[in-house]
Amino acid sequence: MMRIENGTVVGHDAMGPDYRVLTLKLPDVAPLAKPGQFIHLRLAQLHDAVLRRPFSIYRVDGNHLSILYKTVGRGTASMQTLRLNDTASVVGPLGNGFPLDLADSLTPVLVAGGYGVAPLYFLARKMTRRGILFIGGAKAADILLADEFRALDWEVQVATDDGSLGVKGLVTVALDAWLAASAPHTQPEFFACGPNGMLKAVGDRAIGGNQKAWLSLDRHMGCGVGACLACVQKVRLSGQETLARVCKDGPIFEARDVIWEN
Amino acid sequence: MTPTLDITLAGIQMKNPVMVASGTFGYGPEYADLVDLNQLGAIVVKGISLEPWGGNKTPRMVEVSGGLINAIGLQNPGVAGFIGKYMPFLRKHDLAVIVNIWGKTLEEYAEVAAQFDGVEGVHALEINISCPNVKAGGSSFGTTLESTAKVVAAVRAKTKLPIIPKLAPNVSDIGAFAKVCEDNGADALSLINSFPAMAIDIETRRPILANISGGLSGPAIHPIAVKLVYEAAKAVKIPLIALGGITSAKDAIEFMIAGASAVAVGTANFTEPLTALHVIDGLRDYLVRNNMSRVQELVRSIRI
Ligand SMILES: Cc1cc2nc3c(=O)[nH]c(=O)nc-3n(C[C@H](O)[C@H](O)[C@H](O)COP(=O)(O)OP(=O)(O)OC[C@H]3O[C@@H](n4cnc5c(N)ncnc54)[C@H](O)[C@@H]3O)c2cc1C
Ligand SMILES: Cc1cc2nc3c(=O)[nH]c(=O)nc-3n(C[C@H](O)[C@H](O)[C@H](O)COP(=O)(O)O)c2cc1C
Ligand code: FES
Repeated sequence: MMRIENGTVVGHDAMGPDYRVLTLKLPDVAPLAKPGQFIHLRLAQLHDAVLRRPFSIYRVDGNHLSILYKTVGRGTASMQTLRLNDTASVVGPLGNGFPLDLADSLTPVLVAGGYGVAPLYFLARKMTRRGILFIGGAKAADILLADEFRALDWEVQVATDDGSLGVKGLVTVALDAWLAASAPHTQPEFFACGPNGMLKAVGDRAIGGNQKAWLSLDRHMGCGVGACLACVQKVRLSGQETLARVCKDGPIFEARDVIWEN
Repeated sequence: MTPTLDITLAGIQMKNPVMVASGTFGYGPEYADLVDLNQLGAIVVKGISLEPWGGNKTPRMVEVSGGLINAIGLQNPGVAGFIGKYMPFLRKHDLAVIVNIWGKTLEEYAEVAAQFDGVEGVHALEINISCPNVKAGGSSFGTTLESTAKVVAAVRAKTKLPIIPKLAPNVSDIGAFAKVCEDNGADALSLINSFPAMAIDIETRRPILANISGGLSGPAIHPIAVKLVYEAAKAVKIPLIALGGITSAKDAIEFMIAGASAVAVGTANFTEPLTALHVIDGLRDYLVRNNMSRVQELVRSIRI
């Protein structure tokens, strides 16, 4: 079930130099939200833009719903100017979300790139279980929420391209080291959100290890509800190659279902 | 006194003249959580071909000034897939169902039309003639009078349903195309489809869409569409369904004054899913304000 609602800004704060958290009061949408779902946002001041902008749901506290965003273009630049009591139109919650029922024998292994940590934080808060988060970014300022995960009793491992925080290199370097060390006594299930290269790398490891990986895909969207077919991804469902709509049939897919094209 | 909005267009009864446009509202269920379909005059479903079709590679859509460019490439589940998967849902609703059809050859158009003839719950066929004619080297059927006439006649021969050719906007004399459709048995016309358009990423110097170019829709095309509707209305007597950049009742009313009997909301569904409902409300308010008792009084009411 999705709703359309005008949300009132109840919080808008910087998270480090490059990211912001926008919190809207959404009494209809917020209570329906599940980890991995997203909202489609429209700003009154950006009235000449014909497309809404998709953002993962980062946290829900009662009627309040927050997103964590990075400014990359005119929509997000305009979002930065939102002040308390301004309103924004929201369609949501959209998409299918992560599975939450994990067998007791499995350890949740979360892998995040940049703002991809946002839906994973919502997931960790909803999971009754603790696990480990691998988070990667270009530099220290791109590593978000590490302390919040630690406060939830999650183990956190960090990787940065420039080595300014955690290990230097891709997040898969840290992940591979951990997998090698813990392989005999843990059975991981992966949950990942970030750039395609990272998602594919996590998926490959899960398939190789005979484990599952739930990947959150990021596609340019039109309608966000499954009507326009702008956001399709080639997938394999019960042996059949087909096109899935990332907005409606995703954004979460199991690694085996995704067919990556270069 | 509340004015009446109901119309009969080419034999299709609608509770109001406001429809949602092909390709922008899916097949019905997609927006049903947000929009009560029973409030709409009609839905025109996404284009259907004989067999399932995969469409173009992504990126398929890009936002530009005043609109967007799409190159979805007519992805669809085919006639049988559509009827099996979506008609049961649509039949449960009280609105006219217009099926947009297309083909790569004349024979395919005729065959799709034949397969929809007599399907319960289908009220009319809209013929998308803006697709590449495979046999004629890939140029669009809708850009020559001769192939337009052939497509319309071929579909006419295969169905008793009302047929509504949807005109391409990029022709030199829209009146001549409207007339050739009327002469070959069209019951109404839809105009317009999106405009051929292109966007380039200046950093990479590559086209943004995988298909290189696509079709421009949205507010940017509205004034051009008004002119085309005005011209077509002078050329034919059959009713016109106008679309192109409607975002408000004002845009819809403008089309009706220019000559349209009904209107369709397209791209604006993405921006604001409730647009069609707002257009219906605004249309009613306008009629009240102007002392009109029936929405038909607006049609072709332009004062020159
Ligand atoms: C399911 C999903 C979840 C997302 N979650 C987040 C999040 O939690 N935090 C965050 O900062 N960003 C997130 N994004 C990306 C975010 O939607 C884009 O950064 C944003 O749309 C850019 O808009 P803009 O106007 O600033 O940029 P512009 O580049 O000016 O946007 C122009 C157009 O491109 C589209 N677009 C640009 N980049 C992207 C992108 N990466 N993905 C999809 N569409 C894009 C815009 O929607 C718009 O239609 C998510 C994207 C998806 C698909
Ligand atoms: C994403 C998208 C998909 C479309 N698909 C179809 C289609 O399958 N068949 C068709 O005849 N027109 C299609 N159209 C064209 C619209 O029905 C309409 O003619 C056009 O977008 C102009 O109206 P608008 O400016 O209100 O969007 C599509 C348009 C968009 C934006
Ligand atoms: S964005 Fe329209 S179908 Fe996914």
